[in-house]
Amino acid sequence: MGAGHAHPLYLPRTSAVHGLPAEVKVVAAFLGVVCVVATPREAFAVFGGYLLLLALIWSIARIPPGWLSRRALIETPFVVLAVLLPITGPDPRIDWLGLSVSEPGLLGAWNILVKGTLGVLTSLTLAATTPLPELLLGLQRLRAPALVTTIATLMLRYVDVIVAEARRMRLARIARGHDPRFLWQVGATARGVGSLFIRSYERGERVHLAMLSRGWTGELPQLAERVTTRRDWLRGLAPVAVAAALACTGWVIA
Amino acid sequence: MIVAMHMSDGLVNVPTALAFGVVAALALAVALTRARADLDDRTAPMAGLVTAFVFAVQMINFPILPGASGHLLGGALVAILVGPWVGSVAIAIVLIVQSLLFADGGITALGMNIVNMAVLGVFIGYLVARGLRGLAVRGRGGLLATAFLAAFASTVVASLGFVAEYAIGGAAGAPLGTVFGLMVGLHALIGIGEGIITAATVGAVAAVRPDLVYLLRGTQRPPVLKPGAGSAAEGSAR
Repeated sequence: MGAGHAHPLYLPRTSAVHGLPAEVKVVAAFLGVVCVVATPREAFAVFGGYLLLLALIWSIARIPPGWLSRRALIETPFVVLAVLLPITGPDPRIDWLGLSVSEPGLLGAWNILVKGTLGVLTSLTLAATTPLPELLLGLQRLRAPALVTTIATLMLRYVDVIVAEARRMRLARIARGHDPRFLWQVGATARGVGSLFIRSYERGERVHLAMLSRGWTGELPQLAERVTTRRDWLRGLAPVAVAAALACTGWVIA
Repeated sequence: MIVAMHMSDGLVNVPTALAFGVVAALALAVALTRARADLDDRTAPMAGLVTAFVFAVQMINFPILPGASGHLLGGALVAILVGPWVGSVAIAIVLIVQSLLFADGGITALGMNIVNMAVLGVFIGYLVARGLRGLAVRGRGGLLATAFLAAFASTVVASLGFVAEYAIGGAAGAPLGTVFGLMVGLHALIGIGEGIITAATVGAVAAVRPDLVYLLRGTQRPPVLKPGAGSAAEGSAR
């Protein structure tokens, strides 16, 4: 994939974190979040430890914390569930800020909020330090089925084209006085989605013919030569070791 | 309005999350094999473009009320348009990319998100549509009603998937009844919107290229040249 295919969450830098192979970062992020989720919710201090660990990685990767906090808002949907838990949860109830709230419900809400937030921050760190082609290569090296990586590659290559097409269709509707406000006015937008599907499908047929005429054999060629060394794995998994130690501490003190 | 369907990390415990990861991987493997049979050597480019379409559709905002808008989940839509196998592969890949590149949906919750939306959502949508196929082929109204019911069922059952996962390994102390009522009530409302938009979209595709609608495959009568129409055309040409 050529240049210019960066995704919106990527922060171009030259740092040790950016330089790590993508498969190491994917595995490290996954194991790190597993440690967070496995930590008992009563071990309050341990979650601060995870945040410090992430902050250390951000300073190495030179990601500004403000950038992260703005994008961490994505997890808001489940905050609704977390807010309802203390109100609707079972007894015993305690007084907190003048409200009578359920103690297990409050703990449950804390559990969802803190683990969800640490999860989102970890995913953001992965996304900010890993460009698209690297990630696809990483998935390939993690032995993801070739068809999955091929479909994902083509999808990411054409998604900008399709999104731009959708934007032009929307602009054309607005230029003709389209201003829907209610669900029963979705007709024109939905018909637009219908034509977007037909255009995408027909583009797929053309792309297939174009690929065949350029010698497509059914497999994507491996473009990068770089091999992942034991040293890469050790450096990438070092934070995971710290996270595992934190999780164990959590089990001991809780 | 935000669609509360991408589960985040920490909602269920680790063993449950990992078990659903295995289920998702197996389901994806089966879907990939069957998708290849549906699309033969065109699988990669066609599925790639359908996946890009799903991704783009989820970025289009539909009006609900002034100030509130939502986006399509697309499970039933792709099931009706490209079939359940290609459809679930497309939704699963969208979920993987959203989780790894857009921090949307937790990494450990990826398995559950795939089971809920790419497997349950797509297949329930397809089963309902398939069950009502007799109605769908009868005419435009029938097709729209089928698409609406398929999308509604798909949305509600996908949220039931979340309730089931929460019942198995829920990490928070919420009573199951509350979670059930909240999720199913919310998603019944979302399902109505999803149903209306899915019906309008399927109707638009069927009006132009009915041959592309997977659900209607094999039911199209070949075009017949009507004797009267032919002579009329000749008459006007003269």
